[in-house]
Amino acid sequence: MLAFKKSYTDNNTLKHLPEKLLIKNVHMIDIEEKLDSVKNIIIQNDKIVSILDKGPDSFDGEVIESKDSVLMPGLFDMHVHFREPGREDEETLMSGSLAAANGGFTGAACMPNTEPAIDSQEVINYIKDQTRQSLVDVYPVAAITKGREGQKMAPIAEMVDAGAVAISDDGSPVMNAEIMRRALEYSKMFGTPILGHEEDENLSKKRHMHEGFYSTKLGIQGIPSISEEIMVARDIMLTEYTGGKFHVCHISTRKSVDLVRQAKTKGLSVTCEVTPHHFTLTDKMVESFNTNTKMSPPLRSEDDRLALIEGLKDGTIDVIATDHAPHSIEEKEAEYIYAPFGITGLETALGLIISQLFQTKILTLQDIYDRCVKNPRQILNLPVPRIKKGERPNLTLFNLKEHWVLKDAVSYSKSNNTPFSSHPVTGRSMAVINNGLIFITPPLKR
Amino acid sequence: MTFKKGHLLGLEYIEREDIELILNTARSFREILERPIKKVPTLQGKTVVNLFFEDSTRTRISFELAEKRLSADSVNFSSSISSVKKGETLLDTAKNIAAMKIDMVVIRHQSPGAPNFLAENLDANIINAGDGAHEHPTQALLDMMTILEKYDSLEGLKVAIIGDISHSRVAISNIHGLLKMGAKVILCGPATLIPREIEKLGVEVSYHVDDVLREVDVINVLRIQLERQDSGLFPSLREYHNYFGITRARLENLPRPITIMHPGPINRGVEISSDVADSEHSLILNQVTNGVAIRMAVLYLLAGGENVSV
Repeated sequence: MLAFKKSYTDNNTLKHLPEKLLIKNVHMIDIEEKLDSVKNIIIQNDKIVSILDKGPDSFDGEVIESKDSVLMPGLFDMHVHFREPGREDEETLMSGSLAAANGGFTGAACMPNTEPAIDSQEVINYIKDQTRQSLVDVYPVAAITKGREGQKMAPIAEMVDAGAVAISDDGSPVMNAEIMRRALEYSKMFGTPILGHEEDENLSKKRHMHEGFYSTKLGIQGIPSISEEIMVARDIMLTEYTGGKFHVCHISTRKSVDLVRQAKTKGLSVTCEVTPHHFTLTDKMVESFNTNTKMSPPLRSEDDRLALIEGLKDGTIDVIATDHAPHSIEEKEAEYIYAPFGITGLETALGLIISQLFQTKILTLQDIYDRCVKNPRQILNLPVPRIKKGERPNLTLFNLKEHWVLKDAVSYSKSNNTPFSSHPVTGRSMAVINNGLIFITPPLKR
Repeated sequence: MTFKKGHLLGLEYIEREDIELILNTARSFREILERPIKKVPTLQGKTVVNLFFEDSTRTRISFELAEKRLSADSVNFSSSISSVKKGETLLDTAKNIAAMKIDMVVIRHQSPGAPNFLAENLDANIINAGDGAHEHPTQALLDMMTILEKYDSLEGLKVAIIGDISHSRVAISNIHGLLKMGAKVILCGPATLIPREIEKLGVEVSYHVDDVLREVDVINVLRIQLERQDSGLFPSLREYHNYFGITRARLENLPRPITIMHPGPINRGVEISSDVADSEHSLILNQVTNGVAIRMAVLYLLAGGENVSV
């Protein structure tokens, strides 16, 4: 894998961890380890060997000097589309993983809307095989129904056995409540969560943006908030009835956040995630008719955006996930109503999190650790890496001060469908370490 | 603003002064249309392409006539949306047009924003001849011109737009134009055909057509697409006609006569009855004549003309 990757990256970007590495004067955050201060870390032979208040006077290995930066256990994105198998022109497990590493992530869960869908052990095995030696841990999400058609249950137990970490028909809702009920019941045997793409298609079909003032003004048929909220309400009720484990994907409206908040108060096993674009942008953006403002769920109103921020702040929203959805230029360079839904997100997420949430004091670094490191892995029943002596290093190093725009950066995604290419952000990933490999984020192009 | 940039993409994007300039210019061209020889050499040497990605007879003919009467060279490109989906993208079509050195593009398209897309990608003047349910600026301009033939000013005038507002580019452009010119706008139709939050544009909404008729000076009656009755938005054309159709019986009870307009083509007996459409208070055919004058004015002004000397 490493050799293959070298064709994509220069020798200094991705390499084996040096035998000895010192990261100096870095703000370390690991809540589990009660770490929240400036320290020095020494990594030797792929093990964390010491965490020191004061750096050693002399060191005979490689040194990363990183004032004003933060070191956390590796960030995890639980919602990406890597398009493999099927649409390797848009993204591959390789290019998607590199984009993840470039954005500061060491793990990702990839959604099953591939061709063929991830609805059999064979496809799970294929994905596991393709990513076995990758820096980024890639975990497949299995389809709820065969072919993601919403009709017949997919072989969930077999796929969980093969390594699926969650079950979802993402990209499409499960319209039939009976099927969703049975999926919640069946999956609870393994403690595996169902990730719900919440959209009542009868309310959303042939519609292209959020329904509200801007859809009215632009003459674009709108997707109402209730198309999401009705399904969130239904699935919370099904979760209560079945005792299943349920996670709302890319939550986008005020009432959906309220519903999840109520469900948590009741003690149900309900969690949710928000994307950086939904907490940053609103439907007003669509005035540009830029097809990179088109995604599902759509950019909502300013009131919804503020509710997402509140939900992040009070912990109702457990996770920040990108819904990284690459599309070819040919598909996106179309008229608004013919363009596909979805934007890329892996390489802009951290900058948006820091600019929109940290700089504004909405979230602390500890909160970012919860939303991006711990909670996504806990929801998927994965171990949370620790900054601890004796552990294999799984780390993200990022700064809080670098001002940059995506178009000046080296991008590893095969697609470029983002509304953020000229959007200035502050804060950027510097390096990620995992599985004995280190990826150094390349400097800006100018 | 975009008008000064050389495009007419929608009335949202232009200023009241631009609207007044177009209306005044159109009045001069209107006189030409009454002459025995209706052609002037104003746009000689200019090339205009009419890009119609959606069926249209009247608007296309109206633009073509306007172009011919200004002596522009015009070519037509018509394509149903299904063939476009199979083949060339709008961007490629645009690039091909650019390569043929065309000066102006008149575009009708099903997708909102298609004219904006061309304006960004083409070095030509773009005129929106209707983009989905977004805008149809020349229609709203000709509607205002027609009203102003009967009334001195739009300031304070009450205009109702009646019908399927949700799917109407005519409504959106009329709202922007009328409000900029100081008129009051009331929208009326079944609740299922009034889009959400449209009040925020500065209009009133009513579901009761008889109340609205009593209050207004002018009504602009929108066409109900016949296929719309299968959409589940209202039960049937019969029920629509009974509750929202403009009939003589409805108008007879009014304290004063009101002016009737319709962007055409009319579905007689659905949104408007024949006797109303053909009545002395109907300006429907004046709208058609003014349409040519408005389009001449827009073409002329975008081509860089200032004072009309004809």
